Amino acid sequence: MNAYVGTATSRVDGRAKVTGAAKYAGEFTVDGLVHGFVVEATIPRGRIARLDTSEALKVTGVLDVLTHAHRPPLADKVEAWKDEVAPDEGSPFRPLYDDIIKFNGQPIALVVATEWETAKFAATLVRVEYQEDHTFATELETGRNRATEVKRPHEPRGDAAGALAGAAMRHEADYFVPTEHHNPMELFATTAVWDGNGRLTVYDKTQGVLNVHRYLCGVLDKQPDEIRVLSPYVGGAFGSGLRPQYQVVLATLGALALKRSVRVVLTRQQMYGLGYRPATIEHVGLGAKPDGALEAVMHEATAVTSRYEDFARNDSGWAEQLYKSRNSHYSHKVVRLDVSTPCDMRAPGAASGVCALECAMDELAVALKLDPIELRLKCYSDRDQSEDLPYTSKQLRECYARGAEAFGWSKRNPAARSMRDDKELVGWGMATGVWEALQMPVAVRIVLTANGHAEVFCAASDIGTGTYTIVAQVAADALGLPIENISVKLADSTLPQAPVEGGSWMAASSAHAVLGAAEDIRQELARLASAMPSSPLAGIDAAEVILVDGTIASNGEKSRAVPITDAMRYGKLERIEKHKLNHFAEDKSHARNTHSAVFAEVKVDEQLGVIRVTRVVSAVAAGRILNTKTGRSQIMGGVVWGIGMALHEETVMDHRFGRIMNANIAEYHIPVNADIHDIDVIFVDERDDHINRLGVKGLGEIGIVGVPAAIANAVYHATGKRIRRFPITLDKLLT
Amino acid sequence: MINFQYSRAADVADAILLLTAHPGAKLIAGGTNLIDLMKENVEQPSWLIDISRLPLRKIEETADGGLRIGALVPNSDFAYHPLIEQRYPLVASAILAGASAQLRNMASVGGNLMQRTRCAYFYDTATPCNKRTHGSGCSAIDGLNRNHAILGTSAACIATNPSDMSVALAALGAFVHIAGPSGERTIALTDFHRLPGDTPHIDTNLDTGEIITAIELPPRGFAHNYSYLKVRDRLSYAFALVSVAAALELEGNAISEARVALGGVAHKPWRSFEAEAALRGQAATVEHFSHAADFLLQGARASAHNGFKVELARRAIVRTLMQAASATPQSQAHKKIA
Ligand SMILES: Cc1cc2nc3c(=O)[nH]c(=O)nc-3n(C[C@H](O)[C@H](O)[C@H](O)COP(=O)(O)OP(=O)(O)OC[C@H]3O[C@@H](n4cnc5c(N)ncnc54)[C@H](O)[C@@H]3O)c2cc1C
Ligand code: SF4
Repeated sequence: MNAYVGTATSRVDGRAKVTGAAKYAGEFTVDGLVHGFVVEATIPRGRIARLDTSEALKVTGVLDVLTHAHRPPLADKVEAWKDEVAPDEGSPFRPLYDDIIKFNGQPIALVVATEWETAKFAATLVRVEYQEDHTFATELETGRNRATEVKRPHEPRGDAAGALAGAAMRHEADYFVPTEHHNPMELFATTAVWDGNGRLTVYDKTQGVLNVHRYLCGVLDKQPDEIRVLSPYVGGAFGSGLRPQYQVVLATLGALALKRSVRVVLTRQQMYGLGYRPATIEHVGLGAKPDGALEAVMHEATAVTSRYEDFARNDSGWAEQLYKSRNSHYSHKVVRLDVSTPCDMRAPGAASGVCALECAMDELAVALKLDPIELRLKCYSDRDQSEDLPYTSKQLRECYARGAEAFGWSKRNPAARSMRDDKELVGWGMATGVWEALQMPVAVRIVLTANGHAEVFCAASDIGTGTYTIVAQVAADALGLPIENISVKLADSTLPQAPVEGGSWMAASSAHAVLGAAEDIRQELARLASAMPSSPLAGIDAAEVILVDGTIASNGEKSRAVPITDAMRYGKLERIEKHKLNHFAEDKSHARNTHSAVFAEVKVDEQLGVIRVTRVVSAVAAGRILNTKTGRSQIMGGVVWGIGMALHEETVMDHRFGRIMNANIAEYHIPVNADIHDIDVIFVDERDDHINRLGVKGLGEIGIVGVPAAIANAVYHATGKRIRRFPITLDKLLT
Repeated sequence: MINFQYSRAADVADAILLLTAHPGAKLIAGGTNLIDLMKENVEQPSWLIDISRLPLRKIEETADGGLRIGALVPNSDFAYHPLIEQRYPLVASAILAGASAQLRNMASVGGNLMQRTRCAYFYDTATPCNKRTHGSGCSAIDGLNRNHAILGTSAACIATNPSDMSVALAALGAFVHIAGPSGERTIALTDFHRLPGDTPHIDTNLDTGEIITAIELPPRGFAHNYSYLKVRDRLSYAFALVSVAAALELEGNAISEARVALGGVAHKPWRSFEAEAALRGQAATVEHFSHAADFLLQGARASAHNGFKVELARRAIVRTLMQAASATPQSQAHKKIA
């Protein structure tokens, strides 16, 4: 029964969040809690020659200053530092491990004091002398000629270079996506509670408590039962919390050193020393016949990584899913620089790579004098070309159609600079979005109590996406209980296993784990109900039994029912507890993807170049939508972010110093309310019987993919200017 | 942030006394700029003298028909005061183009005049900056300078003054009332901020021990033909790349009085008396406004990344003057520029 799944159920944790009852990692307090403040390196490369903490230690209230030379032991083996999400190549950064400086903003000391303000003050008194290595480099473009090729997203097919050279119509260009930072609202924080005897309870801002748990056990050389990691609420992370961040090491080290509870909250500025979306040069080459049929697709991404880890994502391979072409070549290169390792950020790879691909498709459409949708339909691929597989479902055609209709695309004058509204040039652009529909093994435990309430337990995090809510919805439907009777406990390392929350895989994965455990409960209740004396369900086959309205009922005849509470009383059961690890069946016969078509209207002040995105329509095909309210919010958030990516976001570095110069949210621009106008989200019906029982694919990443390109294409349509260097700021339109 | 002493001034005289007694002391009003800079260790006052409770919160009419605005009037109260809305809508518009509602509620008039540059190097103590550390060098000249000045720069500093309010005040010919150890004085707003020259660490002509007590608006408010245009990287909550305050008096189609000031282009609000003189008696046309722009931008010198500001300023000047001439209705709350 679906009383909740597929509806616009409000967040079950909404009230706790808006009233402040929901506690975040930096808000847990215990007696005797002390505070750590991080001292950061101010050079990008070199060694610490001298680190003098004596002045800091003299400050009243300062308890200790941890440094690489003064700290509890940390693992020496690189493997201990490799978390679930660490790149295969390289060795992870180890905070306070040694005197080597690998990037500007690297933590080099932790001042611990009874008050946060004291620690912050004393941090200014830590004197550092460096042995600077002036051979550092932080700029992607000047390093491009020494880029290293890493794993390709797909093997080449045919002879793309040859076909491109010989194509009747050719478009080739570089697109530049700058470094971007996540800037979640919640600051990165850890409260490490000292439980005595070296045991710690760690409240951490993370997307994966088990990942942090394993990592801490490794780097601190602890037994699994000596550390517990919790992250009940996360104020946004967008990928920045997938890997354990350094504050968790620093806080736990502090606690072990002082044998007391320590909290470390990073400042907004310090968070720019964590991961980021790497600056990337996306080189795209498209060769087509005059009618638009593609002959060749070449896409080479060249991206920033650190000197110590090769971070690489699939930027360049997405045409393989979208556009038919006999010849294709996709590659990824990294330039190793004196910066921290990039990390995943909403739709990693696709956000940048598809942006370039979709701008390139627009340029090709203009060159061929084809409508951009027509070109995409001409090349539409019903198969994933890399494996030559059909899709479990692909309603992208429907996305184009529904999106175009809602937007009014048919009224578009194809000529650039042909539409205006008073002083503003009007432009309409579109782009395709694509992401993977991933699913992972997740376990849950459900405890059903005789009073008709159920608790669902899982280690998964809710990073603001709504996991609490969909888990409650699925459990309520599967157990036939009102959602008010379901409580959900997440993000505790002692709970049943779940991977990090990311890649848009958690909705499908957690939902099916709930279904699995609920199924075991149903079986047990069916057995009880049919065994009850004079039961209306006597002798019924368990398969015929459903749970609905608090009862165990016959599927065919709902009036044949036994209240759940009666059945449990009969069985003398206070509770039924079921633990289930759900594995999805291995199925290599189909490709799994989500898709979208994004349409954008921009108005550009003709004289001043000021750009406004006045309308966006995003039509999404992502299987069954578990919750249309939180789902819509996800897509809207993605669109807003896409507007930021198109027009605002850029981490600016002075490469002479190797320092980020806009490390704060006054100067690092993201869209504000005034930049956001109409956003229309359409969920296209997409029934998917292949992918999983519920037909769920997951949302989140897909919301941003394609949005920046749709806007860039609209800016071109409005102005006749093709800006290939993001963000599209007004100065680029003036020249 | 470093430790500091704190005292609350009993009255203006007490504030001056405290300022003189403690070298290294700073006044604090709304704190929206000072505290940020202290957190970054850019400002390191040994003593904070809290003036936020001094009775400088009045907006009063002056004998000659102008208005006197106390130094502690919050920016929002200033902008929304009925007399300002009626008689000096240019000022209201400029203030409302700045910062955010929350900041404007905290920010004082005096603090707004005294706010420091947003040059990124000024904010980063790990980089050289002549304004922060006199003689350490200017990182912006050969560095990132997209937001920097094109007018009145020096070899020592190319920073801009970030205030929106000051641009409108400069255009209207406001005055700054100052009290200090040697009594009270009044200076024109256009003489209040300095050009960087060899002393970029000194932003204004306020002397040691002095405190701003009020600003004064002269009677002429240009309430009909005015416009404040702020061009920025997003539509709200961003500092100006270029801003223009324009005010006109028209007789028929002829300009009888013109005021134009620029923000985001110099170390101080930029006004050109030649430009205004050239407009007097002329028709309100694009051609004449372009001519005025030439005067205003005379001597403009771009750095590596801010060349666009010259052309942007030119277009913005013409646009703003056209809007002023045609009395284009203006709201800083609409999600568009005008
Ligand atoms: C994120 C952000 C965005 C902003 N955006 C804008 C914008 O777009 N446009 C804009 O114009 N402004 C903007 N501002 C700046 C804001 O206008 C100023 O911070 C504010 O006006 C300062 O006023 P205050 O009372 O808080 O000053 P404080 O921070 O208290 O003081 C600032 C300085 O003024 C001195 N001072 C204060 N009062 C007096 C006095 N009476 N006499 C002498 N000296 C005095 C102090 O000693 C100190 O040096 C922004 C600020 C922030 C933080
Ligand atoms: S422009 Fe001025 S404020 Fe900026 S670095 Fe140079 S001296 Fe400092």
